[in-house]
Amino acid sequence: MTATMEPRSVEPPNAEHEIGKARVRKEDDHLITGRTRWTDNLVLPGMLHIALLRSPMAHARITSIDVESARTMPGVVAVYTGADVSPDQGSLPNAWQITEDMKTPAAPSLAVDTVQFAGEAVALVVARSKAEAEDAVEAIDVDYEDLPVVLDLAAAAQDGADLVHPDLGTNVSAVWKYDSAEAGTGGDVEDAIRDAEVLIERTFRQQRLIPAFMEPRSVVVDPTGMQTTMWSATQVPHILKIMLSMTLGIPEHKLRVIAPDVGGGFGGKLQVAPEELLTLLVAQKLGKPMKYTETRSESMTAAHHGRDQIQKLTLSARRDGTVTGLKVELLADMGAYLRLVTSGVPILGAFMFNGIYKFSAYHFSCTNVFTNKVPTDAFRGAGRPEATFAIERIMDELATELSMDPLELREKNWIKHEEFPFDTVCGLTYDSGNYEAATAKAKELFDYDGLRREQAERRQRGDTVQLGIGVSTFTEMCGLAPSRVLGSLNYGAGGWEHAAIRMLPTGKVEVITGASAHGQGHETAFSQIVSDQLGVPFEDIEVLHGDTQSSPRGLDTYGSRSLAVGGIAVVKAAERVIAKARPLAAHLMEAAEDDLEFTDGKFQVKGTEKAVGLSDVALAVFAAHNLPDGAEPNLDSDATYDPDNFSFPHGTHLCAAEVDTETGYVTLRKYVCVDDIGSVVNPLIVEGQVHGGLAQGIAQALYEDAIYDESGTLLSGSFAEYLVPGSPDLPNFVTDRTETPATGNPLGVKGVGEAGTIASTPAVVNSVLDAVRQFGVKDIEMPCSPMRVWKAIQSATGGAQ
Amino acid sequence: MIPSTFDYVAPTSLDEAVSSLANAGEDAKIIAGGQSLMPVLRLRMAAPTTLVDLGKIAELRGVREDGDSLVIGAMATHHDVMNDPLIGQHAALLAEATKTVADPQIRHRGTFGGSLAHADPAGDLGGAVLALDATLTVVGPNGQRSIEADGFFTDYFETALEPDEILVYVRIPKHTGWRAHYEKFHRVSQSWSMVGVAATLDVDGGTIRRAGVALTNMAAVPVRARGVEQALI
Repeated sequence: MTATMEPRSVEPPNAEHEIGKARVRKEDDHLITGRTRWTDNLVLPGMLHIALLRSPMAHARITSIDVESARTMPGVVAVYTGADVSPDQGSLPNAWQITEDMKTPAAPSLAVDTVQFAGEAVALVVARSKAEAEDAVEAIDVDYEDLPVVLDLAAAAQDGADLVHPDLGTNVSAVWKYDSAEAGTGGDVEDAIRDAEVLIERTFRQQRLIPAFMEPRSVVVDPTGMQTTMWSATQVPHILKIMLSMTLGIPEHKLRVIAPDVGGGFGGKLQVAPEELLTLLVAQKLGKPMKYTETRSESMTAAHHGRDQIQKLTLSARRDGTVTGLKVELLADMGAYLRLVTSGVPILGAFMFNGIYKFSAYHFSCTNVFTNKVPTDAFRGAGRPEATFAIERIMDELATELSMDPLELREKNWIKHEEFPFDTVCGLTYDSGNYEAATAKAKELFDYDGLRREQAERRQRGDTVQLGIGVSTFTEMCGLAPSRVLGSLNYGAGGWEHAAIRMLPTGKVEVITGASAHGQGHETAFSQIVSDQLGVPFEDIEVLHGDTQSSPRGLDTYGSRSLAVGGIAVVKAAERVIAKARPLAAHLMEAAEDDLEFTDGKFQVKGTEKAVGLSDVALAVFAAHNLPDGAEPNLDSDATYDPDNFSFPHGTHLCAAEVDTETGYVTLRKYVCVDDIGSVVNPLIVEGQVHGGLAQGIAQALYEDAIYDESGTLLSGSFAEYLVPGSPDLPNFVTDRTETPATGNPLGVKGVGEAGTIASTPAVVNSVLDAVRQFGVKDIEMPCSPMRVWKAIQSATGGAQ
Repeated sequence: MIPSTFDYVAPTSLDEAVSSLANAGEDAKIIAGGQSLMPVLRLRMAAPTTLVDLGKIAELRGVREDGDSLVIGAMATHHDVMNDPLIGQHAALLAEATKTVADPQIRHRGTFGGSLAHADPAGDLGGAVLALDATLTVVGPNGQRSIEADGFFTDYFETALEPDEILVYVRIPKHTGWRAHYEKFHRVSQSWSMVGVAATLDVDGGTIRRAGVALTNMAAVPVRARGVEQALI
């Protein structure tokens, strides 16, 4: 099937349908007025508090730990070292063995003999109050013996480098490759390079980032019931339950995990964290409810980071601009251990380096490398921002080399809307898209030609403030994901999602989803979907999530999957409710099932006024007095949906930056994005996701940078140094959409959680470079700080240093 | 994070505050708005034995006219300062600089005097008081004394205040009608100044009659740019 549907602008909400309405989120009331239940708000009878002593050393042998004075401090109940818990703590799980010979070091939650990064926990205090626990932590004495600190990613990958884990014999965890010639999805990239009329080689650096979710991580464990209950500020209560059960040998049915209100995650809470495991372990040892809440400093130094790659690209092309091949060689910094999906993050990008383009040959290799830094793992986009940045940056480099307009060059290479579905050189099938439409709209909103004119004028007159225009025409694979594809990549789980619908006797509805909202707005969006499906008022629907007891099946929220996978499961469950209700409604009206049509919440006998509402059927089921023979008195239904394919949102982002050439300061003048995320359930939620995503992507381009000093201490360990932009630092975003529905699901939705972050980083960096390339500047590493930009201009022009 | 334990006293008069501070010994610390001290305490980078809270001393607040000068209480919050009509009229530079301090939450808690006494070289108010020729009045067990702004800042996070002294008020000669601007260069809106310039000018027609210019974070202490002032006049 070819998707030929014309893209359309966002239409005013259809009054008859909930889907498409810009509803204010139903969950905001309690969030905004502080009536939230964060994990740290929980107080259980007899609850004890945990504080952790963390290593100040990046790599050291622990020669002694003296906890005796801590044990005698007021309020202290117990003190544990790694040696104390080592028989029980197991190894923190990694769920993605990307190659058969991948090297996975043992990952203790509490360090036993050696510490591998500054911030790793080395001792744990349990006390009656958090303050007493922290006081006691200060009384613990640890002697360390220095070991060589491995920090430089490129150097660590070399033979003969000092080793993070000497027992592994190397810092290289795994080398993963994809080659289009071998896979049969394209030609041989070496041929393309040999025959190239133009060859562009570039090396880009993806700096290390900190997810910086608003609510620090927190965990409470109550071991006193029949089941042990864990509350955690997590994105993944279901995965956490399974993984903790497998790691600690706790029978799965004896563990319940609840994600109460969770204040953001951005991938940073897609983890089985040492702190979660330790709190559970210690609660079970002592038989008491236990709480651990991290400080912001601990969050920065010990919760996983994101990105941190060196990307070497070789792009081959003809002089007319046709790209013939792309070779990508990555170095990816794992940090000290492989956390839950650390090893797989670069692989998620492997299929995205071709972007929206019709390259005929592709080769990808990634070398995963250990260093003495906090582990990296998922962070908004996970692999795909890295890939998108690299391809969109190098497309601009090619455009410069060929003196072509960057948009013209892109159009020459991108998949045309009539060519969908399209099998890419990476072996994916893009189901739909319309890059021409999104680009045309973005150019118009941006006043592309007008800004190009202004740019030329400013250059002409040698203005100290130069204008640059940056382009990013991105796509991403999201809606993670088809279980079979994940299986073929050796990922440790599937990608389905589950939903259930409970029809209550009064006609109200409870929707249970296995997705786990932590700021996305599932409660509102899923209510809108169910309202349309069942004809029940929006207000009469409650969405329940984040508790393995009420929502027993689920794979949680990450990878822009909740709507495109979880939302479809909700639709399927609703369809089953109707299917179950139909024979009962027919019975109640003494009509034939085939004569009934279901609209607006009612079963109506076609061509008559005779009708019975779904709520009437629900009540009749509750009474069960008058049902067909053998009918089960139950309308509740569930569904597990496993998509056949990913979804592929795309869009055109255009950024105009003003660069003060005297100070290197970059100010974003204008930012336009036209995203195509398929059909839109709630435009307000989409706007929020896009705005937040843009902010986070722009932050990578201009501001955020997790920096370690030469001893392995995180220098950007607080928000005074780790620069998260605020609204005054960002321009007014001009956002719009085209809507090319996804063909793979009944709602036509694609997912929007990561789009803004993935697309915006290269648009911004391209705009900065576009402003200063005239001086001979070829590249500026992210973040494009005033110092870096100024230095780049000075060194290109032979000026001051 | 939770600070180490400390004793806490909240005197209600300046005399009581001076004696509290004296009695508490050398590891005592004054807390004003707490916007710089609290993070340090929470990170346990400082562990004072006693905190003397100036928050309940009414005489330390408020802005008043005194002849040719304004007298600004050390415990006036940034919010008070930037919105005070007298300051807007007679010391506009101070209002301009104060508007750029951190964010509204911090400006409601943080105090003018606390910021000066903390003497962070990246603080935005040191340059302004320097350019405005302010005089700082402090009180201790030996009584009251006044220090010119020029001599108040002595080094990184160090001032002419003795450990047992409290900053009481800042006197600023009226700069009525002077134009003022504070420009700071910083990475994001809420980050500290990398550098800043405080400038106030007495302009008559097209002529600059008098100028006050000072620089933030160009040295360990705020720097009066006398050469620039001369060049302007």
